[in-house]
Order: sequence, then C-alpha cells, then structure tokens
Amino acid sequence: MTTQVVSANRLDNGRVVYLAPSGQWIGALSEAEVAHDASAAESLLNRAATAIIDRLIVGPYLISVTAATGRPQAERLREQIRATGPTVAPAHHDWAA
Amino acid sequence: MVATYHYDDADRTLVRERVAQFRGQVDRRLSGALTEEEFRPLRLMNGLYLQLHAYMLRVAIPYGTLSADQMRALAAIGRRYDRDYGHFTTRQNIQFNWIKLEETPDLLHDLAQVDMHAIQTSGNVIRNVTADHYAGAAADELDDSRIYAEIIRQWSTLHPEFSFLPRKFKIAVTASATDRAALKVHDIGVRLHERDGARGFEVMVGGGQGRTPMIAKTIRDFLPEHDLLSYLEAILRVYNRQGRRDNKYKARIKILVHDLGAAAFAAKVDAEWAEIKDGPLGLPEAEVARIRHHFQPPAFRDLDAPNPLRVAKARTDPAFARWLRINTHAHKQPGYAIVDVSLKPVGGIPGDATADQMDALADIAAQYSFDEIRVTHTQNLVLPHVEEGALHAVWQALGSHGLATPNVGLASDIISCPGMDYCSLATARSIPIAQAISTRLADLDAQEDLGVLGIKISGCINACGHHHVGHIGILGLEKNGQEYYQLTLGGDPGADASLGEVLGKSFSADGIVDAVEKITVAYRALRTPGEAFIDAYRRLGPAPFKETLYAAA
Repeated sequence: MTTQVVSANRLDNGRVVYLAPSGQWIGALSEAEVAHDASAAESLLNRAATAIIDRLIVGPYLISVTAATGRPQAERLREQIRATGPTVAPAHHDWAA
Repeated sequence: MVATYHYDDADRTLVRERVAQFRGQVDRRLSGALTEEEFRPLRLMNGLYLQLHAYMLRVAIPYGTLSADQMRALAAIGRRYDRDYGHFTTRQNIQFNWIKLEETPDLLHDLAQVDMHAIQTSGNVIRNVTADHYAGAAADELDDSRIYAEIIRQWSTLHPEFSFLPRKFKIAVTASATDRAALKVHDIGVRLHERDGARGFEVMVGGGQGRTPMIAKTIRDFLPEHDLLSYLEAILRVYNRQGRRDNKYKARIKILVHDLGAAAFAAKVDAEWAEIKDGPLGLPEAEVARIRHHFQPPAFRDLDAPNPLRVAKARTDPAFARWLRINTHAHKQPGYAIVDVSLKPVGGIPGDATADQMDALADIAAQYSFDEIRVTHTQNLVLPHVEEGALHAVWQALGSHGLATPNVGLASDIISCPGMDYCSLATARSIPIAQAISTRLADLDAQEDLGVLGIKISGCINACGHHHVGHIGILGLEKNGQEYYQLTLGGDPGADASLGEVLGKSFSADGIVDAVEKITVAYRALRTPGEAFIDAYRRLGPAPFKETLYAAA
C-alpha cells in the first residue's frame, strides 16, 4: 500500500488540517503522522472519528503521500493545492503572509 | 434611489429572521447538538459550502443589480471576513472564499443591513433569477427585464412546493432580441417580445450545461403577461413530479424534456396549466405596476448626443478611444452610455475584485451612474447609466483602480470557474489557464482584429465556466494524475445558441495555450472580411481547425 496521512477540514473555520503524532490537528502536511500500512491507516481514521465527535473536524479521509524526504508530501495535485493553498493569488495578496 | 426592487418591512423581517435562525443552527452545530449530516443541508440552504481550503459563501445578487451602498458592504465583508477580495460568478452572484463557519451569522447579519442574503444560492431549489445585465439601459430592449425577474424572484422565494426539487433550477429573463443572459442554457429562459403590437413571453425549457449539455426548446412562443407565474408553476409541477430523483446526473429538467420530447413535455405542462391558470397565480396588472414602480428610470438629464467632450477626447486620446469602442454600449437615453467594467486584466483572475476596487466602483457609481452597478454572467461589472460627457472622467477613475482594461467581449475577456485552486468538485485548474491565455493574447490591436471571441474554461464537467457555449471552450480533466484540457469550438450562448464540438485529443496545460493561439491564427487566415469567429466556424466547420491543431502530430 502507499503511505498515507489523514486530512480533514476544521469545523469552526473550514481550514485544511492533518493529524499529527501528538494527536493535534495541524495545518502543516509535512508534520502529519504517516501510516505505512493498512492497520496504521485504520488507526488514523479511528482517531479522526473521535475528533468528529469532539467537534474539531469534518470530512476526514486518507490521502496518499510520498515520504522520500522524510516528510510527507501529497501525491495528487488536488492534495498539494489543499496543503499549500491556491496556485494563483489575487494581485494584492501574498498567501504566505 | 437606485432603480431596483426595494425591500419592505416584510422582506426585511424575513431576511433577519432567517439570519437569526441560521445563527441558532450554527450554535447547535458548534455545540454538537447537530451532526454534520444534519447541518449540511441547513448551511447549503444559506449558501454556505465547504470547499478545498475553507467555507465558501455565495451571496445572491438578484438580476445582478447592486447599489453603491451594497457594493461597499460587499467590500467591507471582503475585508472583515475574507482576504480583502470577492469573486463575481457566472450567475451574477459573488462568492467569498475564506469564510469561517463561526463568523457566518455575523456576516449574514451585515448583509441583511443592506437588504442582501444568501438564500437559495445553493440546494435543489429555484436559484437566483438572472436577467439581461443591461436591463433598463439598453437601446435595443423592449422593457426592463428585471421587472419580470423580480416577479419570478418573489414567486420562487421560499416557495413551499419547490423547496426540494429533483435538482437545482435556474431561470433567466430578457426583454430584447439580443440575448445577453444565455437563455437557452437555462432550465427556463423567458424572453419578452412583441407581436402585432401586443407583448408576450417566449418560454424556453430544458437548456443547460454540465455533463449533458442541451439547448432549451421553446414550448410556448407567446405567453400573456397575466399567465407568467401560473405557466411557470405548471412547468415546475411537472418537473417536480416527473423529474428523476434516482440519479443526480439525470435529474435536471433538461433530461425530462429530452426523454419525453418537447411536444409531449409541453402537453403535460398545458394539462397542468389548465387546472391552475385561472387561479390565484394570475398576475394582476396592478401588481405588475407595483413592481414596475421600483424600476423607474433614474432622473436622466435632457442631453444631446453625441456629447462634444466625448468626441473631442476620443479624437486626441487613442487609448480612451479604444476603451470607448470596446467597453461602452448604446444607451436608450440620448447623451448616456452603458459602461462595461472589465474584471479581466491581462494575467488576472477572471471575476475577482479587491475590496478597494469594490469601494472605488461604489464611489464611481455614486458619482456617475445614479448609484447603480450590475454584475454580468460573464464575470464583469457594468455602470449602466453614465453621461457621455463624463465618460473620460469615468475611464480615468476606473483606470486608476485597474478596472479599465478595454477587452470586454474580446479574447482576453475569459470566463473561468474557480477550478481546482478553490473548488472541491474540480478535476483541473482553470484560472492559471485563463491567465496564461490572456497573457499570450494580450496585444490589444490583435484582440480588436480578432473581434468578438468568447473563450470559456471549466475545471470539471459541471461546466460552471460555460465551456459548452464558448466560441473556444476548454474543459479541464485529470488523467493519471495529470491535468489535461479538452478543446471545443463553435459554442455560443446567444439567441442562435449552439454547443461546442470536441475537436480531438486533449492538451497539456502548456499545449492548450498554444492550441488556442493556433485557432486564432487559423481563423484570421480563413475568415472573410468582417466575418466573426463564430460565423467563420459555422461556415467552415471543424475540419480546417482540426487540420491546424492535429495535422502535424
């Protein structure tokens, strides 16, 4: 299987988040907990189900990542865009700000 | 006072009660009293989606008409709740992309202060009613189509029988021979016209884009004004009963009309209509007059045309002269002009406006256009009533805010959906393709030489970017993890509407920009003097363009 992390959107503000090893839901994909097998992936989803009940997140799902650099990076473009923001910015705006 | 419908106490009460209701629903969601499954349909009823990066709120702008104060309120919302901008859509609405659920009730409260809301901007209901964006101003119109759009809006707002239709439902209205509202790709298109001195409506049904694009069929060519609502009710009743609910991809009315055939569908409507046409939905003349009163023309001055100042400035300033040629339109009132405000700067994001630009537009509208602004389905804005003598000042004011690109209707005036940069449904990005094409084709002389050319881009088969009716249409798809772009030619949204034809295999992101440029080169070589792109394509067919794109491959 591919390596995976679990992602969702925060309930209160909709922002993209990932489950970290600490159990926190964080914005940086690079800091997310990586599941290397099906059992670990299922564990991530189980912890996400708890976060739904705790009203932290909505719509959790597994995304495929590569971890060649030691830090997870999204495989699909859609998930790359979710992780880093739109690839286009209004002229007035700096997404990194 | 802007010539548009003005809320009465009942309207304001309804909108404010809806805000309070939604505030309670959000509180219950955040407290855990409502699950996401329970809450999702409630937030969608209030125009709130969850997109890739955040919640997105779609705000209704009925028939695309905004006052200066409403535009200022949208600017303020952009600053307070979003990231200093908003995105004007192909349904004459505005979307805010970075909304927080917990702040949405306050946002809706702010909207309600200027008589605006987000009701029926989502869900399987009758959506925001759209109209000719030049209504009330165009020299070629028979009447102000917004009067009838407003009547339909009032009938369809919170209509209890049509709150759970098989699928979403879009109605557009015009009152001119020139179709500026893309009637034939709507679920219902209503066109006011005149016959033997009498006025009536042509009613078209079953148009639409998406994965199964279809051109609407006329099922009644002359409907008396009195019968407008009862006839629409009959159409909706037939659809509500017989439209498919087992498959969302076959649930739009276009599928029902197609499967039954237009004549059989019309017969069912007539049978239903016979039951209700003499009932309470008959439209009294007094009620039409009451609504019409809201749309009284502004206090135009008695002016000569053409204005000597406009003529003199145009003679000495070629940039101004170009903007006049491209971005102004004939007004019904002598001495006035309609001004198109381009939201398509070269390399920009189609339809985006910053909060500062919105404020600037509001100020310009207040000073020069009787406080009034329109949103077009092509993602531009309009100042509908500008004195010709003020055009030079308006051009300068717009230019100082990046709003005077003289390209409306030309190749760089591209319709683009948000695509995969924002939308959770998208399969590919649209905006970067629009930016690359508008940059490649930026030369204004060359664009003017190309003439009217509608390039429209969608990032998935739902076709929010209207690619099916693009003279050049582009559909973004994903294949094996890569973005690919399918090219269609020959679509058109006008009175002689047509759907584009797929030319051949799709292109990469870089390849599609080259392909569009090659199409323009081929058109230049093939056209007869004065022949528009769509006319040349209809005369020649796809063969020479296919040859241009694929022969060397």
